[in-house]
Amino acid sequence: MAKLVLQDVRKRFGQNLVLDGIELTVSEGEMVCLIGASGSGKSTLLRCINLLEPIDDGTIHLDGVDISEPGYDPQAVRTRIGIVFQSFNLFPHMTAAQNVMLAPRRVLGRRPDEMAGPVEALFDRFGLKNRMGHYPDQLSGGQQQRVAIIRALAMSPEIMLFDEITSALDPELVGEVLDVLRQLRAEGMTMVLATHEMGFARELADTVCFLDGGRILERAPPAVLFSQPRAERTRAFLSRVL
Amino acid sequence: MPNPDQGGAAALPAAPTRREIHEARLRRRSGAIAAGSTLFVIAAIVVLVPMAPGWEAVRRSFFNAEVFRKTFPGLLEAFLVDVAIFLWCAPAIALLGLVIALCRDVRAPALFPLRLFGALYTDVFRGLPVVLVVYLIGFGIPGLGLPRPWNSPYIWGSLALILVYAAYVAEVIRSGIDSIHASQRSAAASLGLSEADTMRYVVLPQAIRNVAPANMNLFIALQKDVALLSFIGPVEIFRQAGVYKSLLANFTPYVGAALIFLAITIPATRYADYLLHRQRRRQS
Repeated sequence: MAKLVLQDVRKRFGQNLVLDGIELTVSEGEMVCLIGASGSGKSTLLRCINLLEPIDDGTIHLDGVDISEPGYDPQAVRTRIGIVFQSFNLFPHMTAAQNVMLAPRRVLGRRPDEMAGPVEALFDRFGLKNRMGHYPDQLSGGQQQRVAIIRALAMSPEIMLFDEITSALDPELVGEVLDVLRQLRAEGMTMVLATHEMGFARELADTVCFLDGGRILERAPPAVLFSQPRAERTRAFLSRVL
Repeated sequence: MPNPDQGGAAALPAAPTRREIHEARLRRRSGAIAAGSTLFVIAAIVVLVPMAPGWEAVRRSFFNAEVFRKTFPGLLEAFLVDVAIFLWCAPAIALLGLVIALCRDVRAPALFPLRLFGALYTDVFRGLPVVLVVYLIGFGIPGLGLPRPWNSPYIWGSLALILVYAAYVAEVIRSGIDSIHASQRSAAASLGLSEADTMRYVVLPQAIRNVAPANMNLFIALQKDVALLSFIGPVEIFRQAGVYKSLLANFTPYVGAALIFLAITIPATRYADYLLHRQRRRQS
């Protein structure tokens, strides 16, 4: 069953056509990796999916409902689709635990006492139980990014979007964040990732999409796309990054 | 000179490097120059000022120790009025300033009149001299012939200060709101938080913390401007000093009043500077 269907999605910033007719289907439990050069539209695509950016043309269906309809309440969508950003974007004036609990409390109306247990379990699951009371500037980049992931997961989203979440990390911290993604993958989370970690995409993705100039130029299982890319541009890109 | 910071180089002998010797010599030299030039200026003042033809007269009318002793306790008491006016104005200013700042940030089209009001308000009250507002409100409203206690200059003078300073505080808070990076709003929106919750829980707490030093400077200015209320009646320290001046035909009470103001404002300004400095360091 298709969880998320994008048809002919177009997005323009001024004169700049950033998404030029994106067609993408994501099934329940599927992990899709978006690869491509900087500026190819990966981040914008993710931001459009959870309606942080309105699209100009085309449709986005979530469980068969057109969420790209102008005037559709974006808040309802955002509680179902979580996103994690490259620069973490934690709230610096709140502890890790407060970062995680804010949205469940204000949006879902959870009481702090009923959240305490599940939130602690989430931190424990990702090895951060002893960091719950720390402020973001007291955490390493990798820890901050894991808190950001926990913050998104605390809303129990049906889909998770990851926007180059390891790009701002020191190389030795990338592994701990990728481990979290492996864990989510094993639990069957539906995920869409923009990533430069080709090895990771090859290892875990069900589908890899190569974006170029705002289009999905090629879409295939990683085994196929990485070893026998069809398009010349895909070949050129892969030869540069592999 | 032993250098405790060089953790990794602890095994090396503590002999100063060439650069350290050079820098120590530079430090000693500039210290000596600074001390010398300061002494010279102080000596010049001490020697030259008493040579001015009117110095004796000035000393008698501004720096009269006996007048100072006699009037200082009264001035101190009058200063309590300044402090009291400050204490009831400050919370009102903080609250009104916050409300005006939020008015200027509303996005909903139905609330456009609020935006317009906020912009007009800050334009008008930042565009007027404080003393003029104190006069207009402090004399104008009691002139309506209101019954006691509603004709009190304390009430209307305070209102004038509140109105003016709220406009400045609003602008400072607004600059704080603008300083919060859009990615914070994005992160909040992506979690499904409403605009109001985003403002209240994510943007405002950070914004207000960022502009705390700037706001402190405004409140220091407010403490000084309380003296403007003396023009419309309240016998606060400036007015009291004026009374003593007329009584004793001597200006020393003004010097006493100045010292009392400085005793409050210098530590407060220093503290604000310290906050600002600490904040800059944290952000770098």
